[in-house]
Amino acid sequence: MVNAADTVWMLIATALVMIMTPTLGFFYGGLVRKKNILSILMQCMVILSVISLQWILFGYSLAFGPDKGGIIGSLEWAFLSGVGLDPLPGQTIPHQLYVCFLMMFAVITPALIVGAFAERIKFSGFILFIVLWSTVVYDPMAHLVWAPAGKLAGMGALDFAGGTVIHITAGISALVFSIMIGKRKGNCSSSSPHSLPLAVLGSAFLWLGWFGFNAGSALAVKGQTVSAFLNTNTAAAAAAVAWMILDWLTHQVPTALGVITGLVAGLVAVTPAAGYVTPMAAIIIGAGGSILGFIFVSYVKKKFGYDDSLDVFGVHGVAGIWGALATGIFASKTIGGTDGLLYGNPYQLWVQFVTVIVAIAVSAIGTFILYKISDFILGMRVDARDEYIGLDLTQHHEAAYTLMD
Amino acid sequence: MKYVIAVIRPHKLEEVKRALENNEIHLMTVSDVLGCGRQKGVTEIYRGVTEVDNLLRKIKIEVAVNDEYLERTINAIMKAAPEGEVGDGKIFIFDLAECIRIRTGEKGKEAIG
Repeated sequence: MVNAADTVWMLIATALVMIMTPTLGFFYGGLVRKKNILSILMQCMVILSVISLQWILFGYSLAFGPDKGGIIGSLEWAFLSGVGLDPLPGQTIPHQLYVCFLMMFAVITPALIVGAFAERIKFSGFILFIVLWSTVVYDPMAHLVWAPAGKLAGMGALDFAGGTVIHITAGISALVFSIMIGKRKGNCSSSSPHSLPLAVLGSAFLWLGWFGFNAGSALAVKGQTVSAFLNTNTAAAAAAVAWMILDWLTHQVPTALGVITGLVAGLVAVTPAAGYVTPMAAIIIGAGGSILGFIFVSYVKKKFGYDDSLDVFGVHGVAGIWGALATGIFASKTIGGTDGLLYGNPYQLWVQFVTVIVAIAVSAIGTFILYKISDFILGMRVDARDEYIGLDLTQHHEAAYTLMD
Repeated sequence: MKYVIAVIRPHKLEEVKRALENNEIHLMTVSDVLGCGRQKGVTEIYRGVTEVDNLLRKIKIEVAVNDEYLERTINAIMKAAPEGEVGDGKIFIFDLAECIRIRTGEKGKEAIG
């Protein structure tokens, strides 16, 4: 039976998650040099368009269609054949709305990786890679963790809104990708953010969109929806404060870039836990994601020298892994799901650990192979001259800003 | 005293700055400029309408030096700025009539360094 209140909420939540992808473009776009902002926005808008089509043509069916061995869906629901308006078993919203809500998740996941290859990617190679990645890495991971018949779902893996499926896969893929494509030319001091206000605006709308992302993942209007809503806000707040304090202590000044990076790390960390933990646990999860993110962004990246331009791995990968494990620690049956370590169920932490390892393996190996294929067919990196001039002019023949009117 | 103006490729700024600093030239003024020379412009397309803009982004560096520093200033720029293709830029050198440090009122040689 379709429930009207649930359907209204899920329509809103879907729209909130949709706006996160263009918003992510502004968040990332503000952080690159002014010659590359359009390329970032363009990549986000194109992912939104291309993956929306991929999803209804065959992506949804691969991820959530009738099960094949617990690993992937069959193509029975390709072109949405047989996918109508009647709710799926156990749900109270039209099936097509469920398709649409999950579509926005499929869209934002590859968009997160944009930050890793910013300022040097060739546009044609980028499109090929994104479509392959979505099909070969994202769709099976979504099936494994979220489809009722998926292998990891069968083990009891908890991933409320996609900490593993979305943030770990994107974060690890970003790391592998940034190492394979190589560093940007020139020294890093010349790549300071060109518009922090745009990045702050982006982070604000990400925070807003995340309410739909997390609270929407309850798929209905119930107690858990509100838990997820409050936990999302709490974790973002704790993480923003934590990063600000760390900045203050180690770099002597609190920075705007630090606060917005921190809040995103907190939102990432609470994503898998949102509907399973108490608000006090959300503080620890959010602040923990922020602290670990800070360590990776400030120290680990420098030490190893990989050029993950906008810290997709440091923020989404690291905070995502922390969040997935923290879910196994802090989850409480009274809120939703199953009990975690703190409530006497250490097995849940083990399940979360296995899920994290699978996500890392699938995304690392998948990205390595798909990069090689896309690089061979179309090439992944622009030449040095185009990189110097900027991707806006060389890839799209447009300029974001002009010196003269 | 001489006044040196160099127009260079934007992405060469860091290298040129470092080369000047290695030659004990620490004071300079840098600005974002547009210019056209022999280098081909960039084509922009807006909703199918093509616009060829022959004004390109360049960086202008201005340095005031004492005469004995002139040669090393030029050498540093000549070494760090070129890519070997059209569009590497130009160096202009002027005689400098006077230089005054506003805070102290020092003039000439003392004020420049």
